[in-house]
Amino acid sequence: MTEGGIRNWDSDRVAKCDARGTFVNNASLKRTPLYDLHKELGARLVPFAGYEMPVQYTGVLAEHNHTRDGASLFDVSHMGQAIIDDAAQLERLVTGDIRGLKAGRQLYTLLTNEDGGIIDDLMVTNTGEHLHLVVNAGCKDKDFAHMRRVLDLRELPDRALLALQGPKAAEVMGRLADLPADMVFMTAAEIEVGGVSCFVTRSGYTGEDGFEISVPADQAEALALSMLAHDEVEAAGLGCRDSLRLEAGLCLYGNDIDETTSPVEAGLTWAIGKSRRQSGGFPGDRVILDHLANGVARKRVGLKVLGKAPARAHTEIQDSQGRAVGEITSGGPSPTLGHPVAMGYVETGCAALGTKLNLVVRGRTLAAEVVKMPFVQQRYYRG
Amino acid sequence: MSGLRFTDEHEWVSVEGDIATVGISDYAQGQLGDLVFVELPDIGRELSVGDEACVVESVKAASEVYAPVSGKVVAVNEDLNDTPALVNEDAMDGGWFFKVKLSDPGEVDTLKDQAAYDEYIEGLG
Repeated sequence: MTEGGIRNWDSDRVAKCDARGTFVNNASLKRTPLYDLHKELGARLVPFAGYEMPVQYTGVLAEHNHTRDGASLFDVSHMGQAIIDDAAQLERLVTGDIRGLKAGRQLYTLLTNEDGGIIDDLMVTNTGEHLHLVVNAGCKDKDFAHMRRVLDLRELPDRALLALQGPKAAEVMGRLADLPADMVFMTAAEIEVGGVSCFVTRSGYTGEDGFEISVPADQAEALALSMLAHDEVEAAGLGCRDSLRLEAGLCLYGNDIDETTSPVEAGLTWAIGKSRRQSGGFPGDRVILDHLANGVARKRVGLKVLGKAPARAHTEIQDSQGRAVGEITSGGPSPTLGHPVAMGYVETGCAALGTKLNLVVRGRTLAAEVVKMPFVQQRYYRG
Repeated sequence: MSGLRFTDEHEWVSVEGDIATVGISDYAQGQLGDLVFVELPDIGRELSVGDEACVVESVKAASEVYAPVSGKVVAVNEDLNDTPALVNEDAMDGGWFFKVKLSDPGEVDTLKDQAAYDEYIEGLG
């Protein structure tokens, strides 16, 4: 076995080596408020974005499948939560229509740079009193520093974030909370969950119905335990979080989108406010509006791999003539579909649905086909 | 018969006559997590010790399985094509990968026996 392959997953030497096998001091990794619970549940902990995080409990495939059948509980407290008040200033940094975001509503948006690339993708919710932001763990320092140049921002380091995801999530939440009848996908409410005052949004990163629950850190474990007490709920780790979001066609920052990809190339035009597709008013708007008006040279597409071998990030994509036309940015098995899937960027001429492409894996070509995303139908609750 | 032998890279070898069966240890499958794909060597392929013989794919990453002994591949476990999970379920028996006709039977004796391997993995933490 590859030594690096084994060392990555060596649970008892947590964080002795990071994902690249580099020796890392245990003490330098942060822990979420649920760390003790993860240990008790027998989680395999690995370094992720500077935190010791559970990658799995019973197994990635079992946890993945359970999320599509029941309800999985994820600890996503490593992500950055913050409060801001200046909607107008935030709007100048992102593609979304922040000033028009109504109280109790959430949107997905992008922080852009001067070149029209993406600094991060994030969720913004109008709580009625403030704007609540959730940013990627690996980007939070960068994002907050960037935003603080033009607005006041209060980080929320004393809050945990739990995600309850799956077709049974609403049923479980209904037992623990007085869910507002109109709480549909991308809406928010401040409610008591299991007796704990929480800020809840109906959203997630799995393609399933679900909730993200912001809770005071000192009550996070109690809340998690009260959820896990329900038969339908199982703890799930970051391993299946990645396979679930891939099936859902959702981008992973750093893989599928980054500072060199425009929202238009990435197929995220829908994350640009409608009127802003003409008026701009965010960094890099000249580039992005040009992409909207005149098209792009490359596009993010979904690929069905015709075979059994997964094709992963950095795999070269070729057309049927063997000409290099792109690269995979995320790929892996789809437990739900039973065949590997991937996403990547290809020349626009090769982006049409049904285009037959080849993937170069370990010196051999694997057949693939451009397909629609999401790969697995999204099942958001819309009322 | 030398009994079950192990490499530092967590392959196991079991010899009968001049045929060696090769797999990965239960410790290894646990570390890898759920397997989703196994790439087996072609029958007839000549392997030298340390050659990359197989590739195993877990959900997140690919890892190599190295030839613990030299010889010609005479059989592969076709069941792993449809059910890579067999390796997780039964790494030491039903999850075998391939068989080789040994070109140098003495090689096996240089490998760790069960006791030495158990001590080795305990030391890994």
